Amino acid sequence: MEYTIVIGLEVHVQLLTESKMFSACGTEFGLPPNVQTDPVSLGMPGTLPVMNRKAFELALKTAVALGAEIAPFTKWDRKNYYYPDLPKNYQISQYDLPFSRGGSLSIPARKDGGGGGQVTLTRVHLEEDTGKLTHGSGGFSEVDLNRAGIPLLEIVTEPEIRSVADAKGCLEELRLTLRSLGVSDCEMQEGSLRCDANVNLHIPHEGKMIATPIVEIKNLNSFRAVERALQYEAERQYEAWKKDGLTIHDAFKETRGWSDPEGITKPQRQKETAADYRYFPEPDLVPVVVDQEWIDRVRSSIGELPTQRRARFESDHGLSPYDANVLVEQGEEVADYYDAVAKATGEYKLASNWIQQDVLRVAKERKISLAEFPVRPDALADLINRVKSKQLNTNQGREVLGKMIESGESIDAIVTAGGYGMVSDRGAILEAIEAALAANPKAVEDLSNGKKRPDAVKGFLRGQVMKSTGGKADPALVGELLDARIAEISG
Amino acid sequence: MTDLTRATAASLLSLMQTKQVSAEEIARGYLERAEKLNPGLNVFVHLDAERVLDQARVVDKKRQSGGPLGALAGVPVAIKDVLCVQGEPTTCGSRMLRGFKPPYDATVITRLRQADAVLIGKTNMDEFAMGSSTENSAYGPTRNPWDPERIPGGSSGGSAAAVAADLAPLSLGSDTGGSIRQPAAVCGIVGLKPTYGRVSRYGLIAFASSLDQIGPFSHDLADAALLMEAISGRDPMDATSVDTPVPAYSTTLDTPPKSLRIGLVREFFGEGLDPEVAASVREAVRVYEAAGATVKDVSLPHSRYGAPAYYVVAPAECSSNLARYDGTIFGHRAEDFSAKSPEEEGLPPLVRMMMASRSEGFGAEVKRRIMLGTFALSAGYADQYYTQALKVRRLIRNDFDAAFQEVDVLIGPTTPTAAFKLGEKSADPLAMYLSDIYTITTNLAGIPGLSIPCGLTSTGLPVGLQLMAPAFAEENLLQTARVFERATDWHTRRPPLA
Repeated sequence: MEYTIVIGLEVHVQLLTESKMFSACGTEFGLPPNVQTDPVSLGMPGTLPVMNRKAFELALKTAVALGAEIAPFTKWDRKNYYYPDLPKNYQISQYDLPFSRGGSLSIPARKDGGGGGQVTLTRVHLEEDTGKLTHGSGGFSEVDLNRAGIPLLEIVTEPEIRSVADAKGCLEELRLTLRSLGVSDCEMQEGSLRCDANVNLHIPHEGKMIATPIVEIKNLNSFRAVERALQYEAERQYEAWKKDGLTIHDAFKETRGWSDPEGITKPQRQKETAADYRYFPEPDLVPVVVDQEWIDRVRSSIGELPTQRRARFESDHGLSPYDANVLVEQGEEVADYYDAVAKATGEYKLASNWIQQDVLRVAKERKISLAEFPVRPDALADLINRVKSKQLNTNQGREVLGKMIESGESIDAIVTAGGYGMVSDRGAILEAIEAALAANPKAVEDLSNGKKRPDAVKGFLRGQVMKSTGGKADPALVGELLDARIAEISG
Repeated sequence: MTDLTRATAASLLSLMQTKQVSAEEIARGYLERAEKLNPGLNVFVHLDAERVLDQARVVDKKRQSGGPLGALAGVPVAIKDVLCVQGEPTTCGSRMLRGFKPPYDATVITRLRQADAVLIGKTNMDEFAMGSSTENSAYGPTRNPWDPERIPGGSSGGSAAAVAADLAPLSLGSDTGGSIRQPAAVCGIVGLKPTYGRVSRYGLIAFASSLDQIGPFSHDLADAALLMEAISGRDPMDATSVDTPVPAYSTTLDTPPKSLRIGLVREFFGEGLDPEVAASVREAVRVYEAAGATVKDVSLPHSRYGAPAYYVVAPAECSSNLARYDGTIFGHRAEDFSAKSPEEEGLPPLVRMMMASRSEGFGAEVKRRIMLGTFALSAGYADQYYTQALKVRRLIRNDFDAAFQEVDVLIGPTTPTAAFKLGEKSADPLAMYLSDIYTITTNLAGIPGLSIPCGLTSTGLPVGLQLMAPAFAEENLLQTARVFERATDWHTRRPPLA
């Protein structure tokens, strides 16, 4: 490889609270501009912030779940800079004593080339969101402060990510984890999950490792954008280095914005006084003391995390890492659905196959969630149990499931009406085999003179038997009896 | 009609309770005085007579119908223009906030309304509470009722002059480094800066958040206790307000303090102290001794670093607190923000708008402090200035803690001199800053400080005695001050107004 890409992510996540970080103002998404404001979130003279305890607790829950170290004492700081989306011209944030440090996220290996692994977190801190600027026509920019003051969690990773696929994987795993914790809905389109990426390259050159200048990419508004922008930026930096030879020691960190329509990153104008935020402790708020009891209480409210679930599906259910991931990565609904079917059948692999091959495929085709899926886990479990006990063969099972999805009728009704049922009677199957042999003397001849391989003939004969039994013969028994009969013929 | 130049809130309350006078008559009396005296003194910057009378009539009606009445029913209270009153101009003495009408009441205003007080006008102040003379106001200076050629102190000069001139029996001010006690001293009245956290700051337009505190002005301690009781207590809207019970200050005022150990702050009697002021304070000591107090010299060794630390911390916080006034959402917006120089050509119009609005909206002293504070917080300087100042603050607090191991209350002069002349210190910011030299340390330590009248100079100017107590010891502070008040008549003196 010509170079290694080095990526660190800075993720901002809006927490799911009823009210803003420092006032009783609501947080609903999608309201007309500047409707969701109050004197505090507008930063009006004389107003004061008061911490939203619920928001702090959600932040705490997140950090505990990510295995971060929780500070016993944390405070708020003012980050001072002038920007029209920031009504007070300072943001209440956390500077030198964030409420948590460290922690990690484990990322599953991916088919698209991501090797997976652990990503260490630098810190997680809580702050208030800014408003939103829209650069409209006529040279005017418009400010919407509905978002200003919404609790915002900043999660910063160490620059440990070594591939674009893993960067996307890291972000996806974070979203999965936060959704499972119920702390954020993580909708990139709505801005409740936002990501900036710091990226540069390590290039082996003349026996040394050269690092290119670090670029912070902003305006990554979708998972696809993260992927495309990082790919683009890696190539751009490599080409730039080949041309100018600049390294990390020759240039300051540059901020570039991703332009989705153009598919390129472009240099961004720096915020005014970006270099000096003049941080100092927020005098309007009191520090927060977090004791072990609080941490324990929060910890006990955390359910099974996606990464733990994958591990359980692999170790306890014997699923492959790939299958475990497919069932987990799509969110709680799918994993819960699987868990329910698995529990009711005790057939883990079978449950996983049915869900992946049938349930998820149909749900995807119909663009519905599993909550809306017409066949509930107990019904699917019933169907799988019938296949297991050979009341139905697999193909019949598929057909029955199709009808259940179509009609919403019960298994019993469909089985009765369709005359489904599996023939497991050895005599009846032997009879059908003899009939098939009698009807196809050419096949018997081919077998006895060794003209065709037994396998090929077996497949043909099996088809004949299934056809003559209306698809009801137990396929395993047919195979077993056919094998014995073919062995006789071919001697 | 009662003689308002002899009135106190307590006396007015008893007259109203016995139906000898109505709240409306009292309000009219004060409004008439304001009509006569305000043009000369420039105490009120906003005064809506109809709104005042409406409030008074509501109280009278309530009283007639026998409904329950608040502790300040019908008593006019003048309000420093730094406090938000819903729907009424709240301008902080600044061009920046001209025309600003907050859509909310400050918590102290809500509490005054609950106590059925009558809000009478907004009083003049140094712009954004920065100053010691009320000369830094967009509305021009307020004059001292004792001598119109002199300053009334600041920054709450309007509120102090309102009570001194009997334009209201009570008023509210705010104190960041002495802005209640210094004007109280030079206007010959009582002014109390409560413990930080005792009174909610919600709706107080911030100057320096970690130092600001709202407090009462009155002629005597009984009235101060009454007003303190009404405004004190925990407020869920102010995270720094403290949830300790509010004593019944007005009921316990005359209870003699259990212990009367008084410390005379040695450092407050050094260079710069006017001999006449010193003499009045020494006389006060004798009064205390005569009342059975033990008085000893104590030292606050770090108090000389108080002013330097204060002039780092307060401007630092102010530079951040005042950043919001940029013409975007509220306050003054410059009409012309075209580029005035080649450098400005390169700036986006928005940045030029913010610059021009701030440039036009703020006065010189505010700009000076914003620059000082911005510098003190800047990367590379913050450790040297801001962080260092916080260390000094801790040392000053330790000094007080040590002193209060030995004594119950500390006393000293409130100000180095009596009221100085208008314009006398305008050209010399450092000299002006030193007017707060004795009051600043209590703000840095967060403890309560009280100024009471304790004498007149040979030219007839009031002198203030400052008393300081441990955090949340306002009750004992008032009781200790009351020992002096009972033995003297300084609190009954009035300026020689026409």
